[in-house]
Amino acid sequence: MRLNAENISFRYGEERYILKDVNFSVGSGEVVGLTAPSGFGKTTLGKILAGYQRPESGRVTIDGAEIKSKGYHPVQLIFQHPEKAVNPKWKMRKVLAETEMPSRELLEAMGIQNGWLDRWPSELSGGELQRFCVTRALSEKTKFLIADEMTTMLDAITQAQIWNTVLGYARLHKIGVVVISHDQPLLERICDRIVNLTACSG
Amino acid sequence: MIGIREKTILSISVFSFFFAAILIAGSLIKEDSLYVELSNIFAPPGGGHIFGTDWVGRDMLVRTVKGLSLSMKIGLLCSVASSLIAMVLGVAAPLLGGKVDIFISWLIDFVLSIPHTLAIILISIACGGGLQGIVIGVTATHWTSLTRVIRAEVMQIREAEYTKLSRRFGKGNLFIAKEHVLPHIIPQLVIGTVLIFPHAILHEASVTFLGFGLPAHEPAIGVILSESMKYLTSGKWWLAFFPGISLIAVSMMVNSIGKNIERLIDPKTAYR
Ligand SMILES: Nc1ncnc2c1ncn2[C@@H]1O[C@H](COP(=O)(O)OP(=O)(O)O)[C@@H](O)[C@H]1O
Ligand SMILES: [Mg+2]
Repeated sequence: MRLNAENISFRYGEERYILKDVNFSVGSGEVVGLTAPSGFGKTTLGKILAGYQRPESGRVTIDGAEIKSKGYHPVQLIFQHPEKAVNPKWKMRKVLAETEMPSRELLEAMGIQNGWLDRWPSELSGGELQRFCVTRALSEKTKFLIADEMTTMLDAITQAQIWNTVLGYARLHKIGVVVISHDQPLLERICDRIVNLTACSG
Repeated sequence: MIGIREKTILSISVFSFFFAAILIAGSLIKEDSLYVELSNIFAPPGGGHIFGTDWVGRDMLVRTVKGLSLSMKIGLLCSVASSLIAMVLGVAAPLLGGKVDIFISWLIDFVLSIPHTLAIILISIACGGGLQGIVIGVTATHWTSLTRVIRAEVMQIREAEYTKLSRRFGKGNLFIAKEHVLPHIIPQLVIGTVLIFPHAILHEASVTFLGFGLPAHEPAIGVILSESMKYLTSGKWWLAFFPGISLIAVSMMVNSIGKNIERLIDPKTAYR
């Protein structure tokens, strides 16, 4: 399978164009780094790929077919700030189960302790919460994963553990991964190729 | 020493106890305890009848308690019904969006633009008057402010990342309303229900007083007050004074309960 962004143009309201005729593509099982200076629209492109924003022109397709707006979206975005991505009124077990309850092995590999499942989001640290957000997105129905500064806020050890697990899972399930990051060494270590967004415009 | 929080909880408990006591006492009073005692008509307050007696010698304290409990039951019914409407419309407007949101917002402005008392009287008459008319009339005019509060809250939740994620996970409006939105708005719904209550009982009493609400044979406060008007000029002030004061006391009491719950749950929300 191949996720394709074709001639995407986008701007917020009537302001200047953030993205102009952008082309981008990632295949199943591929790990692609996406970089650009701050404010160049990396997050915006991620949101368009995952169906949070509609492009003004251009289209996002999987193997040539447009993605349905109803039902489980095959492209899942992981946000930089996990505390905004979980409902503060939900316990963590419910947060995980919103997609499907992950296997014990996956929870262990992610470093999620059993006791955390019965806690409220406010009782966990950012790193602990992000493990939940990542695990939640690793469902059978996810075909592509967009990691937008996924581990930027986290310490090196947590970062390494999360990436190990995600990349292992992605390899096993042939998930295509887009890594949005400023961390050049990280990109060079884990990506098959690295794309600069400034070079994607036509 | 007790803290502010403890004082607030104490105040809520004491007032809630009073509220329940009046409600239960009034429900236990049977018609035959309101016996006519023609040898003791128009007794002023004091002695055996601290609220005095009326023109057929009935005890005004017993009549007041019975009247209050009837008004309170109607008030409860109206405020719960108003809150349910506010919940459904306040959640549906932002989640369904588009024309539905525009229509609900228009409906709120429309209802708010008509004077309450006039609207209640007209709706009450249109619905055949009596208990049913007054309940529909009061409910139909009291859901608006709370709906606005709920709608504003839900608009924020709709834009939250966790709600947008939920849609990407394939969840529909019903799931999002029930699971993501409802837990956030329950405090507002509780406070809203309590704060609508004083408006509801005062409006019911005033419309009944004007003769467009409950029929004259009901033991409601509004009925007692309008009867008393006949005797006011002849100096029988206690017939109107005690029932009137009691009604105002009950509505102030419930208002205080509402404000205190609000303070307990969230110091930021300023609803009315
Ligand atoms: N919701 C928004 N409304 C208006 N402008 C926005 C919004 N989100 C982002 N922007 C602007 O769009 C530009 C690109 O933002 P973003 O996609 O977050 O870039 P990056 O992730 O590369 O730092 C920035 O100039 C930012 O200020
Ligand atoms: Mg960004």
